Amino acid sequence: MSGFTALFHKEMLRFWKVAVQTVVAPVVTALLYLLIFSHVLEAHVEVYPGVSYTAFLVPGLVMMSMLQNAFSNSSSSLIQSKMQGNIVFVLLPPLSYMEFFLAYLWAAVIRGLVVGLGVWAVTLGFASPQHLPHPGWLLANALLACGMLGALGIVAGIWAEKYDQLAAFQNFLILPLTFLSGVFYSIHSLPPFWEAVSHFNPVFYLIDGFRYAFVGHSDADPWFGLLVSTGCFVAISALTLILLRSGYKLRH
Amino acid sequence: MTAAIHVADLRKRFHSTQALDGVSLDIQPGEFFGLLGPNGAGKTTLISILAGLARADAGEARVMGHDVVRDYRQARRALGVVPQELVHDPFFNVRETLRIQSGYFGLRNNDDWIDEIMHHLDLTPHAGKNTQALSGGMKRRLLVAQALVHRPPVIVLDEPTAGVDVDLRRSLWAFVSRLNREGHTVLLTTHYLEEAEALCGRVAMLKAGRVVALDATRNLLKLTNEHCAQLRLDTAPPADWQARLQTGADGDWRFSFGDYAELETLLAGLRAAGVQVKEMHLQEPDLEDVFTDIMKRA
Repeated sequence: MSGFTALFHKEMLRFWKVAVQTVVAPVVTALLYLLIFSHVLEAHVEVYPGVSYTAFLVPGLVMMSMLQNAFSNSSSSLIQSKMQGNIVFVLLPPLSYMEFFLAYLWAAVIRGLVVGLGVWAVTLGFASPQHLPHPGWLLANALLACGMLGALGIVAGIWAEKYDQLAAFQNFLILPLTFLSGVFYSIHSLPPFWEAVSHFNPVFYLIDGFRYAFVGHSDADPWFGLLVSTGCFVAISALTLILLRSGYKLRH
Repeated sequence: MTAAIHVADLRKRFHSTQALDGVSLDIQPGEFFGLLGPNGAGKTTLISILAGLARADAGEARVMGHDVVRDYRQARRALGVVPQELVHDPFFNVRETLRIQSGYFGLRNNDDWIDEIMHHLDLTPHAGKNTQALSGGMKRRLLVAQALVHRPPVIVLDEPTAGVDVDLRRSLWAFVSRLNREGHTVLLTTHYLEEAEALCGRVAMLKAGRVVALDATRNLLKLTNEHCAQLRLDTAPPADWQARLQTGADGDWRFSFGDYAELETLLAGLRAAGVQVKEMHLQEPDLEDVFTDIMKRA
């Protein structure tokens, strides 16, 4: 067993042991969003021709759940370890900063995907199509989304020294980025200024590309979105690796 | 021979505090070495640098010949650290914790050794317990087990007996002494100086980030020849001796002396004055006396 495998295994066990909190709860939350929004808007809104509002909403909710849970996994694991002091258990062994990064990242990606699958599974009965027009886009955007937010979670977990700092990161950055990214609406329905602003939100491209896999329509060119998302993932990963290599807030 | 721990001119500053100010020392393989000093002397900083938890501003630190920065993987493989803080991961039970810790060192199928460590530290009955359910003493044992899980040649114990009961102390020292006899190098920091005196072959004393004494424990004990006799007398000693004697709340008299001839003179003086000694206890100088002396002078 390599150090990476052990740390990855430990991170997987950590969220799986509290699966009611880490998997079931976000699935139920997404289901409630779906029930409320689809009930209120189904008869009034048709974002794309021939696509019901519920069919439009499901991919957004799946993606939002993946994003938030991938972020939560790495950030909460790190902040808890730092606050409880047991971070020394992973700092004392001969783990490289790359092993450290990959283990936390992959565990975040897996949790994001598990929650995403869960949300998708419970929404199947509402509106999901029998076939996916572009399954490759689903996989690419899902992996990029979980990877990007998992890496951002590592950054937040390293940076935060208290739970309220992490909560601020979550409430003032992650939540607005996900809610204002077209989960519940098409950005074409926004005033021109806010539509233009949305194009600077990397999460918008993830949700837009992911929805493209489901309904075959998108607000932006999915290839351009893929480029932006890949660039953001690489940039955040590079930042994370720089922080880990320097020992920022982990090693004095 | 490669030193188990080699530290040369190590310096570390935290903001305005110079935690280590040019510390140099070598610990040979198989030694039981004590690192003593008051709070803030730099003991934990030195251990943190050896363990890779902190980075030195200047100087060199090696474990079994491996530089702790350039060759950190080999250095950390050679080192098992029992941290000072009583920390645990509440998601796992004792056996899971030890298996995961083994994995960090690239060890799979390590259960035989894990079973042996748990047996020696009396953790076997608690193997399936969540770490949160362990008492403080059991958590301390688990920390020791975690430090030993990869059979490190060098073991660092950072105040391992702080706040633990007598049973744990005895079983812990028995186990660590056995490991030392088997060839493991042990570096111990403690505020219990009688433990250091009983266990450590050599001792370094730190003050304000500097080594102020470094020698074999028996040599350090020779630095002070301040003996003390505690006497219970049937009546007050003669006036000419009272200036040399101190009386305590228990009514006993204490006589400090450097040479036993002085004690003989006192006893002769008491006999001549007709004072009878009812009880007498002799106290030999110990490491605490030496430590106090050195810290005052440094």
